[in-house]
Formats: sequence, C-alpha cells, structure tokens
Amino acid sequence: MSGFFNPTIAWITMRSTLGRKRAFLFAIPALILILFTVALKVSHPPSRPWPSHVLGTFGFSVLLPLTALIIGTSVLGAEIDDGSIIHLLATPVRRSSVVVTKFVVATVLTMVFAAIPELVAALIAGGGSSPPAVIGPGPAGFVPVTISGSKLAIGLFVGALACSVIYNAVFVMVSVATTRAIAVGLLYVLIWEALLSNFVSGARLLSVSHYGLGIANGFAHDPSLAAGLSVLTSVIMGAVVTVAALALAVNLLSAFTLKGEPA
Amino acid sequence: MTIELRNVSRWYGNVVAVNDVTMSIGPGVTGLLGPNGAGKSTIMHMIAGFLPPSRGELTIASGSTSSGSSWRNPAIYRQIGLVPERDSVYAFLTGEQFVFSTAKLHQLPEPGAAAARAIAMLDMAGPADRKIATYSKGMRQRIKVAAALVHNPEVLLLDEPFNGMDPRQRLHMMDLLDKLGSEGRTILFSSHILEEVERLSGTIQVVVAGRLAASGDFRAIRRLMTSRPHVFTVRSSDDRLLGSTLIGRPAVTAVELTGTGLQVRTSDYGAFCRDIAVLARDHGVRLREVLPTDESLESVFAYLVAN
Repeated sequence: MSGFFNPTIAWITMRSTLGRKRAFLFAIPALILILFTVALKVSHPPSRPWPSHVLGTFGFSVLLPLTALIIGTSVLGAEIDDGSIIHLLATPVRRSSVVVTKFVVATVLTMVFAAIPELVAALIAGGGSSPPAVIGPGPAGFVPVTISGSKLAIGLFVGALACSVIYNAVFVMVSVATTRAIAVGLLYVLIWEALLSNFVSGARLLSVSHYGLGIANGFAHDPSLAAGLSVLTSVIMGAVVTVAALALAVNLLSAFTLKGEPA
Repeated sequence: MTIELRNVSRWYGNVVAVNDVTMSIGPGVTGLLGPNGAGKSTIMHMIAGFLPPSRGELTIASGSTSSGSSWRNPAIYRQIGLVPERDSVYAFLTGEQFVFSTAKLHQLPEPGAAAARAIAMLDMAGPADRKIATYSKGMRQRIKVAAALVHNPEVLLLDEPFNGMDPRQRLHMMDLLDKLGSEGRTILFSSHILEEVERLSGTIQVVVAGRLAASGDFRAIRRLMTSRPHVFTVRSSDDRLLGSTLIGRPAVTAVELTGTGLQVRTSDYGAFCRDIAVLARDHGVRLREVLPTDESLESVFAYLVAN
C-alpha cells in the first residue's frame, strides 16, 4: 500500500477537502446520531434493546453512508468537476497512486467523522438487552441475553471502520465514473442501503451496511443488530467490493479526458 | 523532441472535431492557429494525452527514440509540460506551494530549488507566498506556466496561454517562450489571435473546421493571407470620380457604386492603401471613410481553406 500512497497528493487532498465549505457537513450526521443517542438514553429504560437498532440500522445505513458519500465524492470528484485534477494528472504519478491516496484520505476522514462518533454514541448508550433468545424447547425456554455495552461499542466501532473503507472505495469510484456522483450516491444510499437491503434478504449480499453489521456482530454477538450476513461472508464480500471498486476507479481515471468523462 | 500526428481524426458521436490531420512539430516555437471551435483544443488534448484519437497515430519522439503515444502513458509527463486553457488551479494553495507540490509530484531531487527557479523564470517571486485565489487571471496563468516548467520539460504545450494577460505580461511570456524555443525545446501554443502567432512563431499550423488549412513558415502563410482579395468600403466627397480613377489602378479588381459610397475589391492590400491616398489627393477628393469589410480571422481562414 505504501508504494501506492503519495504524501503530496494526500496533503493537497486534505487541504482541499477540509478547506471547502461543505466540510461543515461532515459533522452533521455524527452530531445527529450522538444527540439522538443521548435523547434515547434519557427517555428509555436500560433493558430496552434500542442501542443495537439505532446504532446498527441508523448508524450503518444512514450516518456512515451519508458521511462517506460527502467525503468520498469530494476528494476526487470535486477536482474533476472544477478541472483542477489536470494539474495532478499531468505529472508522471501513477493513476493507481492518485486513486489509492484519495481513497485513504477519504477513509481516514470518514473514520474520524463517522466511525469515532459511532463509538462515542455506543459508549453513551452503554449497551442494552437483546430480545429473548431461544435456547431450548418448551415455554420455559426463553431467557433474556444481556449484551455488554463495551462489547457492543467495540463491535459497532470495528464494523463502522470496515464500512468506512468499503463505502469510500465505492464512492470514490462513483465520483470518477460520473459527474453526478452525489445524486447517484444518494439514490444508492436511500434506496439500496436504507430500504431494499433491510427488507429483501438477497440484497444484503451486495449491501455495504450489512457487511458492517456482519463484522460488528462478530464482536458483539447481538441478535438485535439484525446482521443478515456472517462475519466471514461480510469480510470476503467487503474485500471484493473494495478491490473491485478501486480497480474500476483506476481504470476510469486512466481514461480521463479533459471533458471530465472517461472516453 | 518531435510530435508527429499521422492522419489523426477525433469525433464525438456524429460530430467530427478533428479530421485527418497530419503534422509534424519539431523543436522551436510553433503556433497552432485557428478560430474558436476549429479543433485546436482537441488537438492539444490529444497531444497532451487527455483524449485518444478516434483514428490515426500520434507519437512523441526524441531523435530516433519514440516515447510512444501520450494516451494512458503518465510516464510521458517527465518530458511534457502542460498549461491547460481552463482557469482552474488549487486556489487554496499559495503560488509557491502549488509549484513546489508539482515539483514533488515529478519526484525532482531538489523540489524547492526547482520551484524557486520556475517561479523566478515567470517573474512571480513577489506574489508567490500569496494564495492563488487572490491572483489576477494573468498571474494564475503565469503560475500555471511555472508549474508546467518546474521539471524542465523538453516539450511545452500551452492552450491559449495569453488569455487574461496584460500587454506587459504578454510580452514577458512571449520572450520566455522565444527563449525556451531557442534552447531547442518543442513549444506548441494555440491561439485564435493572429498577432500573437505573428510575434512569436516562425512555424504555424492553421486549423479550420477540424482540418489542417495551412502549415509551415509563418511569413509564407502571411503573404498568402495578405495577397488574398480584400473588400473595402469607401466614402468620399466625390465617390463617382474616385471610383473611376481607382478602376485604372492595377491593384484594384472591381469597383461598385453603392447607395452609401463605393465598394472596392483589391488583390493587394498594401498597394491599394497607398494608391487611394495619392489618387484622392491628386483629384481633390476628400476621403471620409476607408474600411476593410472582411478582416475577421474567420474570413482569412476561409480563404486559406478555399485555396
């Protein structure tokens, strides 16, 4: 990876991304999640299983993808839109270095603005109880399973880190593929991630949020997380999607034309 | 280094932007001249590696060693410097940071020294520590040229480089390009302004409607341009008398009396301008207006294409 990472591009990208006005937007979803968590913590008894639902479903299907969308499409897409990318591309730097460096910067920023707030919110929530799990036959076979707050927090944090990686690979690729990256990304997040993947079981296999939930559940072992995929499937599919998206982004950027569209 | 285009065409759907262009651009300064929309930028983009030709072959070679095509070949930017027409730079960086980071992207051994040299060459040392966002258009153009020159390229491509420059900056840039060309570098710049090309380049490539209309020594093409038929509108105190005397001059090919004056066709721009003044004086006619009617660059190009 170090051979692909270019510190000069990273420095320019950091300056560019954090200098734009929309950088303020990065913190909004995280702020909403934390405020929402505090409100639920105050209003709900500790036995209710809301942390897994809120931090899992809302966090992984809305907070993470929206933050990654804003950041992932701006690190490269904004330069493509305004044409300044030409100064980067008219140098002998490999296109793979450009894509990987931008992806790394976007991932780190998403981790800061979404994965860490997810951890903070999970620690504030302090865990909860899962619904009764069936451990044996008969009417007396229902017992509540208590999930440790720290286990859930760690699981959600690791899942959020994984989601930051995968979502950004997808959104960096989308920003090279189309000049309407935000619109395409929003449709993807709202229709696929937030809607279809939660209601259509087959769609989970191609859902980044479910990869994150699957990985989170590997640590938390909480049925309330509603993880539709196993840890192994989530890790393998996440790795495949990340590598495929980055490879496609490199190929598209190599065919970048001055009109801003791949030939 | 030599840039070779052989039967290069480029089209977008049904629109042909560049049509079967063959040209060779060697060391020295070459102007790519043509009206807006003629295909100059498309040719520049193809040479710079930001557009593949739809058909034909484009190579950049040093002596007998070919560096190949620039399309999908980032390594070629070690030898090419590009100044794009679009006025988009990293406005949040200072001029010095922009040129320095470009030097680092080129992996130069001493990026600081290379950046300082390029900035000084463009006379930008004073404002180099200011953010590019505060620069005038001419200053942004110069800092882009400094970044394009920071790695000392053998080929420099400039797309409409004089846009936005004031006359002093323009002269400075022309002198710089002249100097770089005389050092044996291959400098190609595009322009739609005849005077810029006239001042700078010995060699020009004239592009009209996607086709190569003329190619070679500027002076020869200029002669072709000036010896083409010209049409003047003339108003005087006695149009009929002036018309009858003008028709006897060899440089004048036709005279028409119109409702508002005379329309005169001439094959020699310079001779006509001298003759009309002498004839008017000798016959006591007062000239009120002598106006060339078709001096637009487009009409010059149209003539070149037709011939």
